[in-house]
Amino acid sequence: MYQTAGKMNSERDSETTFDEDSQPNDEVMPYSDDETEDELDSQQPAVEPEQNRINREAEESREPVKKDCSWQVKANDRNFHEQPQFQKTTFLCCNKSKYAGNAIKTYKYNPITFLPLNLLEQFKRAANFYFLILLILQAIPQITTLSWYTTLVPLLLVLGITAIKDLVDDVARHRMDNEVNNRTCDVIKEARFKDTKWKDIKVGDVLRLKKNSFVPADILLLSSSEPNSLCYVETAELDGETNLKFKMSLEVTDRYLQEESALARFDGLIECEEPNNRLDKFTGTLVWRNMSYPLDADKILLRGCKIRNTDYCHGVVVFAGADTKIMKNSGKTRFKRTKIDSLMNYMVYTIFVLLILLSAGLAIGHTYWEQQIGNSSWYLYDGQNYSPPYRGFLNFWGYIIVLNTMVPISLYVSVEVIRLGQSYFINWDLQMYYPEKDTAAKARTTTLNEQLGQIHYIFSDKTGTLTQNIMTFKKCCINGQMYGDYRDESGQPQHCTEQVDFSWNMYADGKLSFYDHYLIEQIRSGKDPEVRQFFFLLAICHTVMVEVSNGELNYQAASPDEGALVTAARNFGFVFLSRTQNTITISEMGIERTYDVLAILDFNSDRKRMSVIVREPDGRIRLYCKGADTVIYERLHPRNPKRHATQEALDTFANETLRTLCLCYKDISYREYEAWNKKFTEASVATTNRDEALDQVYEEIEKNLILLGATAIEDKLQDGVPETISKLAKADIKIWVLTGDKKETAENIGFSCELLTEETTICYGEDVSALLQTRLENQRNRAGSNTQSSQRTTEPFFQSGRNRALIITGSWLNEILLEKKKKKKKLKLKFPKTAEEKQMRIETRRRAEVNKEQQQRNFVDLACECRAVICCRVTPKQKAMVVELVKKYKKAITLAIGDGANDVNMIKTAHIGVGISGQEGMQAVMSSDYSFGQFRYLQRLLLVHGRWSYIRMCKFLRYFFYKNFAFTLVHFWYSFFNGYSAQTAYEDWFITLYNVLYSSLPVLLVGLLDQDVSDKLSLRFPGLYISGQKDLLFNYKKFFVSLIHGIITSLIIFFIPYGAYLQTMGQDGEAPSDYQSFAVTTASSLVLAVNFQIGLDTSYWTFVNAFSIFGSIALYFGIMFDLHSAGIHVLFPSSFQFTGTAPNALRQPYLWLTIILSVAVCLLPVVALRFLSMTIWPSESDKIQKNRKKYKIEAEQWKPRPSAFRRGISGRRSAYAFSHQRGYADLIASGRSIRKKRAPLDAVLGNSMAEIRQAAETS
Amino acid sequence: LLSAGIALPLFFALGLAGLAVGLGLHFSSGTIRELELDYTGAPRSNHDCARCTNASATSGPCLCTLRFELAEPFPGPVCLYYQLSNYYQNHRRYGVSRDDLQLSGDPWGLRVANSLFNDTFTLHRLVNGSFMPVPLDSRGISWWTDSNVKFRNPELVNGSLATAFWGTAKPPNWPCAAYLLDAGNPNNTGFVNEDFIVWMRTAALPTFRKLYRRVHQGNFSAGLPHGTYRLDINYSYPVLPFKGTKKVILSTVSWMGGKNPFLGIAYLVFGSACILTGFVMLAVHIKYQQQNQMDED
Repeated sequence: MYQTAGKMNSERDSETTFDEDSQPNDEVMPYSDDETEDELDSQQPAVEPEQNRINREAEESREPVKKDCSWQVKANDRNFHEQPQFQKTTFLCCNKSKYAGNAIKTYKYNPITFLPLNLLEQFKRAANFYFLILLILQAIPQITTLSWYTTLVPLLLVLGITAIKDLVDDVARHRMDNEVNNRTCDVIKEARFKDTKWKDIKVGDVLRLKKNSFVPADILLLSSSEPNSLCYVETAELDGETNLKFKMSLEVTDRYLQEESALARFDGLIECEEPNNRLDKFTGTLVWRNMSYPLDADKILLRGCKIRNTDYCHGVVVFAGADTKIMKNSGKTRFKRTKIDSLMNYMVYTIFVLLILLSAGLAIGHTYWEQQIGNSSWYLYDGQNYSPPYRGFLNFWGYIIVLNTMVPISLYVSVEVIRLGQSYFINWDLQMYYPEKDTAAKARTTTLNEQLGQIHYIFSDKTGTLTQNIMTFKKCCINGQMYGDYRDESGQPQHCTEQVDFSWNMYADGKLSFYDHYLIEQIRSGKDPEVRQFFFLLAICHTVMVEVSNGELNYQAASPDEGALVTAARNFGFVFLSRTQNTITISEMGIERTYDVLAILDFNSDRKRMSVIVREPDGRIRLYCKGADTVIYERLHPRNPKRHATQEALDTFANETLRTLCLCYKDISYREYEAWNKKFTEASVATTNRDEALDQVYEEIEKNLILLGATAIEDKLQDGVPETISKLAKADIKIWVLTGDKKETAENIGFSCELLTEETTICYGEDVSALLQTRLENQRNRAGSNTQSSQRTTEPFFQSGRNRALIITGSWLNEILLEKKKKKKKLKLKFPKTAEEKQMRIETRRRAEVNKEQQQRNFVDLACECRAVICCRVTPKQKAMVVELVKKYKKAITLAIGDGANDVNMIKTAHIGVGISGQEGMQAVMSSDYSFGQFRYLQRLLLVHGRWSYIRMCKFLRYFFYKNFAFTLVHFWYSFFNGYSAQTAYEDWFITLYNVLYSSLPVLLVGLLDQDVSDKLSLRFPGLYISGQKDLLFNYKKFFVSLIHGIITSLIIFFIPYGAYLQTMGQDGEAPSDYQSFAVTTASSLVLAVNFQIGLDTSYWTFVNAFSIFGSIALYFGIMFDLHSAGIHVLFPSSFQFTGTAPNALRQPYLWLTIILSVAVCLLPVVALRFLSMTIWPSESDKIQKNRKKYKIEAEQWKPRPSAFRRGISGRRSAYAFSHQRGYADLIASGRSIRKKRAPLDAVLGNSMAEIRQAAETS
Repeated sequence: LLSAGIALPLFFALGLAGLAVGLGLHFSSGTIRELELDYTGAPRSNHDCARCTNASATSGPCLCTLRFELAEPFPGPVCLYYQLSNYYQNHRRYGVSRDDLQLSGDPWGLRVANSLFNDTFTLHRLVNGSFMPVPLDSRGISWWTDSNVKFRNPELVNGSLATAFWGTAKPPNWPCAAYLLDAGNPNNTGFVNEDFIVWMRTAALPTFRKLYRRVHQGNFSAGLPHGTYRLDINYSYPVLPFKGTKKVILSTVSWMGGKNPFLGIAYLVFGSACILTGFVMLAVHIKYQQQNQMDED
């Protein structure tokens, strides 16, 4: 099955190269994120002629865009920037410099503004504002029905808790800001370098930065300690790439600005573009000594970079603080809310509408009652001759106040407390702690937890997320012989796992684990010269740079694959020691030799190979080449005896999802070299199409190669990735891999992490495009006949339920989703000529929009039918776009996980963003909502914490609505017996404290601690997760069930005491059928009923649960007896009027019988119904809970199955072990990095070499 | 709690307990003797009090009498209640018109509830052809906390309560000023008058009873023997305008208070419902357990 697909694929590949124009190119990244339309135009390969014409017209009519360099910076001249033309008016008259200072400010409040601003912020929330309005209503004497404190006390509590939380957050921000702002670096002041805090740095300051220090602002590099003022920086914070990049100053500044005094006198003027967010672009000029010099991004050190391998460097600040590129790039953080949040809001609105309806109904009732009875009840005469309708109107507001507790004031703050607690549980979870990097899981956002239990789609980055981004040398094939399995010295297979001992090699780094003792034997004995030749090639054919620090060799490679190969060679005794512009020194089994490098034929994505031409000490010239098997095999000498054996080895490696490279060499005669070198020199100075010319020349010499063998590198997956993916798949979560990597690599990783299997049918961009095309035509036809244009077809794209996967590149995505065309349209629409034309254009645009939407919807439908989707070669923007598409058309909850700066956009777009922490770069983590050290913790985060959070939150909300309805509606029933007069059924203090004290703690604890099944069982049965995805536990239906439950409870709570009070008297004949006793009876029944109800709802009983339930009840009785005591009445006679009610009423046995009966009638039907539904329709978790003990025993005996390694029959082509970056060949060839000019430095280098050797020998 | 092992016994046990309590309540409620006498005097009823309904408060008291037979003795202590219906003492407007600061002893700006129930009753028993007064005890009819904490008279001025109340108006519907409520007894006059306190303990529902007097003194300490009685009513409280009724009730009390048919029946219903549900649950449990076992096999 697969082979046919593979064949199709290779056919397609040839087509692709043949017919480049009409098909998207899989190899190149689409356009960069912020490319302007001009750039897009120049890249656009083919547009329909009609569109071309329109575009051209548009361009002609457009005014020429002038690159204006309005940003002026003068070095060492602070006054320059204070000039009036650089001031901008902010408020009405307040002038401010347009240059930002370097201090950063992320905090929101200071001690003075905290209270007013925080209150303002809080009252912006609808709920708080609503209660403020209520408070004001309560102050109006005509309508006040509840004492002011019934609203004020809870409101103050809610505001207080939120304010404390905000305060803690803000203090943390203050502390972080201070930490950053108070870092120091050297700045020239009064002609000397002085230690200065970051926050005091201004634009135009000249700085000196030391090795390993962070760059405080965007700086123009002037000079450095290195030759040519080269400066190495690590940009991990910016783009997540850990390999070093180099920056180089202008020659003129390099020459004249080395000394402190010269730097102090420097008065250059920099004119450049205004601050923007494009990390890789910078244009400007330096005007100095009446000369101007062009500046580009290579001369700029960006804030957030780290200086590496450079003792010190000097620079002048161009952008500071908020103007820096990293700050401009940080983007607006989207405010994320959970699905439950919005659902909750709608429910609160529903309740609010209900409240108004009830109040209106009761107001009408009151009007009617006043007319019928009230008017003739002389005892009610209060001196005010209001008409019944007016009284009804007043009562409407009165009831709004009385029934306000239906809208739960403490809901929002309780929800926040619960989420905060759950976030702490995530932070404290030791099973998500990654000891190797000392990183714990962290919930950076505390408001999204329950959403973790509802994830439908996961969008994962590949490098650094699924993989460790560590390449290790695993196996090799030399001269047709495979090495790398478990074998002893004589080549016999072994089962023991003893590692190879590299101690004979003093340069070994001790990090390579290798188990084939036979290979070592072969190398050391030197029996097979090919083996030594193989590792020699690895040591010589590369563009790695070496650095010696603390007597250790450190390799800096452009791609981790290459680093792995050179490191492997080093461990096997072929150590790359140093290089100059045209020599390379290698220690071959302890013997140091220096070779002349005649040429480096660098890697690029078309060539997929690299070569070096070296002259050996004996004068022989040899070309060493390594590259992807497909390109190497095409260039082999026809007579290569080991061709087939190596091919087999390559297939084996590919099956084990290893990344392979072929190694080969060729001897070149001196004459041949001379002839080639001439062409090479010509090509390298060519002014036009230099790259193509060079490729042509390289092609000429890289042929008739002799195959030496193949290497296999493992792109190490993070631990537990396949298991995690299969677990998540069982939980019905779909996983999409979005990567900037090449198609082959991505596919390879798809196989190794078991997203793709041998049975999977893979669809590529072309297939998708064709499918979508037919679909769209069908839809158009149907729309034509049906006239209903936006009708959606739901039939699946694929007939059978076969296992399918989609692999699509960024270019195809753009093509399919019509993204590029949209940009064009925008451009041309700016210049409509006539009204008619304008109309037409609007029409076309509308049609295009509809078309595009249809196409996008179809694509998402198609992609969602596939079991796995891999998008490769996608830009950060496309990653975000894909997430956005699924969000938009599937209405599903998405999660994006990544580690690098290129994932930031997608992390911010998805409902939940997860960052892998502990890597060098922090960008992804900084913008994420959750972070942890390893991909595998995702299953615990989702299946355990997410699911629990969801269950808890749902339970909490259901109960919360229930308890408030049960509480409030008693007033409603009571109004039928008090003339709809807004009389409350409880004491005011009870109303005040009910939500705050008597019923809050148990439900909070359930929201924090409840769990239906343990974490182990949650992980073992991922199917439990599905209820969250389907919103089964909290939705409108559940809400109404809670509502009805609340209504029934309130009915019972009211009518059973009502019945008991109809005709009764006390034990001693006193008549306790008074209002106050009634209020105590209902309140006691209610407190007992709701507290026992939460006891029923609790599925995970702990001591604290029991304590909180009985504690709440005890608290209720305790407080009530206190408030009803004589003492408090004497102190505050007007606030405490229930004097003696509790002791007098509650000594009557029949009132206790009433309370017990009401509580029992409230609870027992619930028990019965739950028992029946659990027996008849048990849910998944019920079943598991029932068999808990059985599973526990099983778990003790259960051992994780060893992951069965599949060895398919496929001929899957492997990826080749290069990243898509260029190597350092240019840099090496230019010689700028090489310490050749400075003799003393070379000597130092030599000394350090000697040191290493000595150290190794003595040890 | 929801496992069969707990839920089923719970239901049966609660059901039995409910039945037991229900029976107890029902029977003790049944032992209570209660007599209701309606004296509203509705128009067209040939009640003696009907003639008083048109008398206004200002025209002075109107006396009417009621004769009734007790077929069987009422064991003591016997309580005498008055009952009003369709009277919304729980109306919010009624509730807010009281001023608790005043009631605890601050006389200035007095606006005491105007509507104090001011009918008075005396009870006589026909003994040997003549009516002997039955002593009615008005002490201890209110809660201790009410008469001793909540309701306080203002500080005496020159040893006189009247002076303390000086400057306050008599509530328009009252026959006399507050300090004259029980002029003979300084501990029962003014705000601490127990009838006033009982009245001020507002009722929960529009039909309510309030304790008027107890019979537990002298010859009647063992209760009211059977025989003929006469109730003299000083009728002055108008209820007909709002279609209310007035009743006098004689009742004995037990451990659970007065007659209360509701609670006993409610418990009986609850107990039987519990047992019934218990059987349904048992049946379902057995059926589905078998099914589950079959599924597992």
